[in-house]
Amino acid sequence: MAKGGFSRLLRTTGFRLTAIFLAVFAIFAAFLISYIARNTTEILQADIRRAVDAELAAMALQYERGGPSWLARVVELRSRQPGASLYLVIGPDGSKIAGNVETVPDEVLASTGADAEIVPYVWLDEEGSRQRYSALVRVVDLPDRMRILVGRDISESEQLVRVVRRSLILTVALMVALGLVAWLFVSRRVLKRIDSIAESSRRFAAGDLAGRLEVTGTGDEFDRLAESLNTMLNRIERLMLGLKQVSDNIAHDLKTPLTRLRSRAERVLAEGKSEPEYRAALSATIDEADQLIRTFNALLTIARVEAGSSDAAFSIFDAAAVARDVYELYEPLAEEAGVALRLDSDGPVMVRANRELISQALANLVDNAVKYASEGAAHPQAVISVCREGGRVTLNVSDNGVGIAEADRGRATERFVRLEESRSKPGAGLGLSLVSAVAKLHGGELILGDNRPGLAAALYVPEAAAGHAV
Amino acid sequence: MVPLLNDLELTGRNSYLVVMRILVIEDDKETASYLIKALGEAGHVADQVNDGEAGYDMAMAEDYDVLVVDRMLPKRDGLSLIAELRAAEKQVPVLILSALGQVDDRVTGLRAGGDDYLAKPYAFSELLARVEVLGRRSTPKEAETVYSVADLELDRLSRKVRRAGTLIALQPREFRLLEYMMKNAGTVVTRTMLLEKVWDYHFDPQTNVIDVHMSRLRAKIDKGFERPLLHTVRGSGYVLRDDG
Repeated sequence: MAKGGFSRLLRTTGFRLTAIFLAVFAIFAAFLISYIARNTTEILQADIRRAVDAELAAMALQYERGGPSWLARVVELRSRQPGASLYLVIGPDGSKIAGNVETVPDEVLASTGADAEIVPYVWLDEEGSRQRYSALVRVVDLPDRMRILVGRDISESEQLVRVVRRSLILTVALMVALGLVAWLFVSRRVLKRIDSIAESSRRFAAGDLAGRLEVTGTGDEFDRLAESLNTMLNRIERLMLGLKQVSDNIAHDLKTPLTRLRSRAERVLAEGKSEPEYRAALSATIDEADQLIRTFNALLTIARVEAGSSDAAFSIFDAAAVARDVYELYEPLAEEAGVALRLDSDGPVMVRANRELISQALANLVDNAVKYASEGAAHPQAVISVCREGGRVTLNVSDNGVGIAEADRGRATERFVRLEESRSKPGAGLGLSLVSAVAKLHGGELILGDNRPGLAAALYVPEAAAGHAV
Repeated sequence: MVPLLNDLELTGRNSYLVVMRILVIEDDKETASYLIKALGEAGHVADQVNDGEAGYDMAMAEDYDVLVVDRMLPKRDGLSLIAELRAAEKQVPVLILSALGQVDDRVTGLRAGGDDYLAKPYAFSELLARVEVLGRRSTPKEAETVYSVADLELDRLSRKVRRAGTLIALQPREFRLLEYMMKNAGTVVTRTMLLEKVWDYHFDPQTNVIDVHMSRLRAKIDKGFERPLLHTVRGSGYVLRDDG
């Protein structure tokens, strides 16, 4: 662990949680143990009280039977037994008559109550050493102004309380120690993983876009976190690359027509003499500006689609109906271009998607299909078909035009790539890359295949779940 | 709205001239003065203010036929201005101008109470066509069940079209196209407007698909008749009208 590792350990969530749990369990244990201890002492002392009462009653009976001297004898006899209770018989003048207690404070003797009380006492053993104990003591008046005191030692029950108290402290201490060890172990492990995640993120933020978080393969929560963070990093990297590509492309492909526009204006300004010449130049300028605006709009749309900001406009609709609308839109154009445009679809196919974007993507594909079929085929035809297979909806557009060479198909969806055409022709080469971006936005894909001859473009979109069908 | 000429008379601009009072609320002074000048040349009377608050006051005080409102304005932005006009029960048609052209931006604009949405940069012919269609909205065309121009008649309920009494069979989309053209008869509509209002597409198809639809429709309603009704306006779009 790095320098200052321990103070970092203290600042972890793990430490705070451990501390809270320790406190909660310590309070709980203290409550439980003290509750048990209290109840046990109470039960024990109640027993002792009863024993003291019983002994007093027996003594009173002995006194009734044999008078003071008999009582004194009984007391002396009992006093000498091992583990004897405390006894003291006091005469009318307050002097000791019998018993194993030397002296008693006056206030104890004065309180001839109904209940026994706890009184501290000193035990003198043979060696003369003093030991302090406490006893449960009760004093009762006898006839002839005599009094008797009977007491029982309660040190045992106090001992119990002490044992219980000590075990409580031990338990809590042990708990704290074990908790600390567990916390150290867990925190160090967790901190290590988190440090690795933090380190990778820092490297990524510092510009190492290829760096990813380590996935250990245990499938624990850190792996899951690392995996979702990696997905995020992938997306960020893709967006960054996309942004770079867009700016490169803007620089490259918007500057060219802008330069053309500018030089034309300059030339006409320098050479142009007649009004028709100015007019022609201006209208060419407007056309060029319109083309620039179109290109710019297409770029913006692709960028926005790729950024996924059109999510809000998702709805559930019938892809076959969208295909029919696009078919209807292009059918007259195809007919005029001499292309036989056909629509194959069987019944509604529900998708959850952005209707506008799917329409636009399909329109782009159909536009291309009609354009290329009309240029390169003896009997030009194009087919739009919609089908559903294995949870995916496929929007196919195929033509029998020149097609795209297999080697070029991957490149064809990149921005501004127009394979065999010169850039002066209309269509800025953004059509297929928009379709591809739309497919990706919906979690689908655009696959360009061979129609032998011609191009078969397949736009895959996930089917709307059955429960969503409207 | 003050019809200057008889509704059937034509002006040099090849349109029924209906003078509209238009308020342009636009903070870019150059754009605004260009718009005022061009709208004036098109035969309309246009006023201009540069910020949202002045725009609101003017719109409330005067009786305009159309407002052209930029979405981003100083002092009060375009959308909240429109929302407040609507809250004050001011029902004047509004065309929103905005640099934001995506579908969701458009939806936000229309939801705020705008009647049409035009993304910058735009061609003036597009703006003019939209303003004129909006201004026409003040006439209660929506309530009419039969549209007619010269001897062409379209029944919106039975969905039948007749030219000089002869029934013309139209595809559903052709019917909607003709319905839109007739509803705005005498006003130039652009290709983009048709794509938006008839097809509900807000994107730009790379090829001009609308032209082919128009020539099909023209073949059905004009072919064999002496007077063509469906005209192409160069540089703008189409207009349906009786040239007499």
